[in-house]
Amino acid sequence: MDPDSELLLRLRSGDERAFVSLVERYHEPMLQLAASFVPSRAVAEEVVQDTWLAVLRGLENFEGRSSLKTWLFRILVNRARTTGSKEQRSVPVADPEPAVDPARFGGDGGWADPPEHWIEAAEGRMEAGKLADRIRAWIGELPARQREVVLLRDVEGMSSEEVCAVLALTEGNQRVLLHRGRSRLRQLFEGEFREVR
Amino acid sequence: MRLLARLRNPDLVCQQAVELVTDYLEGSLSRSARRRFEAHLAGCPHCTEYLAQMRETIRLTGRIEPEDLTPQMRDEFTDLYRRWRSDQQ
Repeated sequence: MDPDSELLLRLRSGDERAFVSLVERYHEPMLQLAASFVPSRAVAEEVVQDTWLAVLRGLENFEGRSSLKTWLFRILVNRARTTGSKEQRSVPVADPEPAVDPARFGGDGGWADPPEHWIEAAEGRMEAGKLADRIRAWIGELPARQREVVLLRDVEGMSSEEVCAVLALTEGNQRVLLHRGRSRLRQLFEGEFREVR
Repeated sequence: MRLLARLRNPDLVCQQAVELVTDYLEGSLSRSARRRFEAHLAGCPHCTEYLAQMRETIRLTGRIEPEDLTPQMRDEFTDLYRRWRSDQQ
């Protein structure tokens, strides 16, 4: 039996530990995602609580056509969208922000100020448990739509198809948002470790 | 012939290459665009480094784990589940 079916069986048959571990796994990621649609943390918390209620109510009828995870996030995003202000959603996808500051390239388009090496330094700091909070904060500062895609794709590890379904995005727009978000995070890593020297 | 091919398909510069990284990693470049991108990387250590950094960015982001629930929240959710169960029966 795949993990989803097993979990569903346990959830439907009254295993409260299964429910609490599901909440443990997804509550905070849902809060972060909800926060990008609604004006305040308090409202995001309400949306997530409503989502858990809806999940319980929907358990019996969930047919497993998507993964459990995709289903959870879809319920969340639908609720967050309905709750969140409409005008905030009309921000265009294609913001013109380049992946790398143009000042770092010469007139011929080649690197004038090339990327500095930081991979090992970052690995070391991650191992020491000192980087995760930083990354979480950086993701929180991304523009909302980039943040949504980065959270689902890179933090949650969902496929592009799943993310498009959850966020109602086209493949192309999803990719643009992912590119902007990841490029911005790379800049932040580089900046972080440049300061250390 | 070579020259003509280059006229149609000019070499990438670094500033263009960095904008193609996600399409490359997502496998959404056309075959010719992918070849052009890889040809650029083969001759450009800085863009090779840049690509490695984007991969590392993705890897590190994927290692963030959700924070634990507070004991109070665990209790609340346990109660919620119990209430749901008793309504069901």
